[in-house]
Amino acid sequence: MTAMDVRERDPYRIHGGHGHALGGPAPIRIVVGYGFWIFLLSDIVMFSAFFAAYAVLAGKTAGGPSGAELFNLRNVAIETAALLLSSFTCGLAGLAVTARRSSWFYVAMTVTFVLGASFILLELREFVHMVASGAGPTRSAFLSAFFTLVGCHGLHVTAGLLWLLTMMAQIFAKGFRDDILRRFMCFSLFWHALDIIWVALFTVVYLLGASR
Amino acid sequence: MLGKLSWDVIPFDQPLPMIASAVVALTILGVLAWVFLAGHFPYLWREWITSVDHKRIGVMYTLLALLMLLRGFSDAVMMRSQQALAFQAPGYLPPDHFNQVFSAHGTIMIFFGAMPFVIGLMNLVVPLQLGVRDVAFPTLNSVSLWLTATGALLVNISLVIGEFARTGWLPYPPLSETAYSPGVGVDYYLWAVQIAGVGTLLTGINFVTTILKMRAPGMSYLRMSMFCWTSLAASLLIVAAFPILTATLAMLTLDRYFGFHFFTNEAGGNMLMFVNLIWAWGHPEVYILVLPAFGIFSEVISTFSSKPLFGYRSMVAATLFICIVSFMVWLHHFFTMGAGADVNAAFGIATSIIAVGTGVKIYNWMFTMYGGRIRFATPMLWSLGFMVTFVIGGMTGVLLAVPPADFLLHNSLFLVAHFHNVIIGGVLFGAFAGYTYWFPKAFGFRLHEGWGKLAFWLTLIGFYATFVPLYAVGLLGMTRRMQHFDVPAWYPWVLVAGAGMIITTAGVVAQIIQLVVSIRQRAALRDSTGDPWDGRSLEWATPSPPPVFNFAALPHVEGEEPYWSIKQRAREQNRLRDEPEYEPIEMPRNSPTGFICAFFATVMGFALIWHIWWMVALGALGAFATFVVFAWRDKPEYVISAAEVARIDRANRSARREALATYTGPRP
Ligand code: HEM
Ligand SMILES: [Cu+2]
Repeated sequence: MTAMDVRERDPYRIHGGHGHALGGPAPIRIVVGYGFWIFLLSDIVMFSAFFAAYAVLAGKTAGGPSGAELFNLRNVAIETAALLLSSFTCGLAGLAVTARRSSWFYVAMTVTFVLGASFILLELREFVHMVASGAGPTRSAFLSAFFTLVGCHGLHVTAGLLWLLTMMAQIFAKGFRDDILRRFMCFSLFWHALDIIWVALFTVVYLLGASR
Repeated sequence: MLGKLSWDVIPFDQPLPMIASAVVALTILGVLAWVFLAGHFPYLWREWITSVDHKRIGVMYTLLALLMLLRGFSDAVMMRSQQALAFQAPGYLPPDHFNQVFSAHGTIMIFFGAMPFVIGLMNLVVPLQLGVRDVAFPTLNSVSLWLTATGALLVNISLVIGEFARTGWLPYPPLSETAYSPGVGVDYYLWAVQIAGVGTLLTGINFVTTILKMRAPGMSYLRMSMFCWTSLAASLLIVAAFPILTATLAMLTLDRYFGFHFFTNEAGGNMLMFVNLIWAWGHPEVYILVLPAFGIFSEVISTFSSKPLFGYRSMVAATLFICIVSFMVWLHHFFTMGAGADVNAAFGIATSIIAVGTGVKIYNWMFTMYGGRIRFATPMLWSLGFMVTFVIGGMTGVLLAVPPADFLLHNSLFLVAHFHNVIIGGVLFGAFAGYTYWFPKAFGFRLHEGWGKLAFWLTLIGFYATFVPLYAVGLLGMTRRMQHFDVPAWYPWVLVAGAGMIITTAGVVAQIIQLVVSIRQRAALRDSTGDPWDGRSLEWATPSPPPVFNFAALPHVEGEEPYWSIKQRAREQNRLRDEPEYEPIEMPRNSPTGFICAFFATVMGFALIWHIWWMVALGALGAFATFVVFAWRDKPEYVISAAEVARIDRANRSARREALATYTGPRP
């Protein structure tokens, strides 16, 4: 008996089944997506703590440079464009998955990767530049909070890139299998969430910071 | 090559930690040797270490908790005996060591004693009460368990290699910054708690998803058992609060490792921000611990009063009320730190209001008992002991919530008595009630009642004898964490507290004997039907211990107390429900992912503590590889045949049929 037959015959299996609420356990796709949403929520709570710390320390430059002196809005605008575009191409990859078009999937994911990687490179360049000019994270509490908040987002994007590659390899090796599709759904949720966090970050750190 | 590691970090010159760790190491080696030589390892590996079954994971969590409670308890014995000997004298623990002992005690008790105990019971029971086969993410569940074990291991490694933090269970800066704590002690704390914290966060996500998305057909929210409700509230709190802990500890870590200035004294750092952030997690944390305990008491009191829980809906409301308000009171932990009168007053009022939710619950439990046929089994005794003790702890809490009073009592032994009053009287009594209540479900035999009752009375008396004197001596002005003292008026109270410890120790011993005696007499204590206490919720509808798949067919729930109504119908008609149509069941395969992942986390944590950077990279790589291998598996599930399901269920049905035939109690 294959797993598929069981799925048909036992509607109340833990992994799957029809209906929800009164009909018993939700189907596995719902469960996985829901769980991942909860994870994203927790991640956003973590970012809120870093945001709060940044808000408290933003003015504590300890005689060192302030945001207005350091931030290069042109660079940040390019970063933002790259990241937002990458979300768009990630969406295209999702469409390719729905249409089961693997070639389009690889193309869209590759573009997403390139955009994400450029974002990271630009960010790294900014960081290196700041550290070299004596505005590293140890200079003042403001800079500690800045590097941590922005760097934490950057780390997330880096982790996302690693996941992206793994995801491509998985589709390559396993095809559009149910469990792989669920994983891809989580990946795209993750990638979009990083965008949302970046929008907050862009506003609170760079826009407000540059005007201060 | 090995970072800060060298032979000098092993405290050969300090006999106490050396002897203690030698004993621990020998015990562990002895157990390991026995496991391997007697050929038990393959069984342990196959059936336990790699298990993704929520019941087994629950049992392992509980075992970890019991071991760590013992470790934390021995720290407590050392502290009380040190103070008893240290009146106008140095005692036997030098200050440096004493500080490590109280820090390790608090850390171990909260993170590796109370938390795993509560989470272990949640694991064991929640899916059963929901009427489903497992949690939402079984393998992730195993990852959570083993990451928690990693944290516990790191704390215990610090006993031999290096040192532990001297900064208390919450490492306040600037003391915990490199300038004042240059050693690896705080780093041990940070990585142990950080890694275990990730495990806890994953548990929270897992249980929120399980409870909200995976319930038996017909089980609407307001048909869930009280324990499921409080577990849901605790899991929500975990999801909302633990990320704050992660971020806060990360900031302190950056300060320590890379010279950042989040909490330092110079360059604009703000140490009060640490205190705010850590308590924004810390106060919800105390409710993460105590809410599931409230759930356990609800189950136990209703079962042993042979009545439905009084005011079920108001209990649900009170739980959710506490869940939300627990995020709005954190400042009561530092009234003295200069927030000003208005802010203090607001938080003082909010804090007092939270006691209302608890008050509702206490009344509900009393009305549940009122008019019931109460059976005084051990779980019920723990619950009754809790009700009295917790009310006292709550009242001292409300007293501390009055800012002017808190200015006098903050950081005194009165505070210490308060939180032990609620944590021991609430969380620990709850955990012990749950342990004795659900033990037969986990293992198929009950715990010995006589030894259990003895353990209860000794623990209860020992608790009062230890902590009532601390209230008194706190009012006399004795502050917490004193290695020695010179005030004659305190001395008698400290001695009484020390004597109380002896009684408590007897309680601990009785509890250990209870376990040993019960295992030896398991044939006589056997629970053949799966319903040893005349229970009311769905876990009692399964055999003890339940098969991997829990339910031969998922139950259809038609009201509150689903199992009670099934049982009443059976008693009425004098026959069991019809046999379900047995069908094959698909279950998740066991997986070593959790264990291997934790192995790499241990390597990484240890390497981070000692600044061995290549090893950190190796650990990270290993963890990633483990996940990829896990993601690559093709067959995550296996099928249990209908015949096998039928065989297991029929055996249990015949035991239940027999019990029904000889049933003499009241019938509906
Ligand atoms: C009935 C409601 C409660 C009230 C009104 C209350 C109030 C307070 C207050 C005002 C403090 C701070 C005192 C100070 O630092 O000077 C405090 C400390 C504490 N409470 Fe409670 N509390 C309550 C319940 C609980 C519960 C249920 C727990 C645990 C399960 C708990 C655990 C603690 C701990 C661990 C500390 C202090 C730890 C430390 O400073 O290291 N409390 N409580
Ligand atoms: Cu509190």
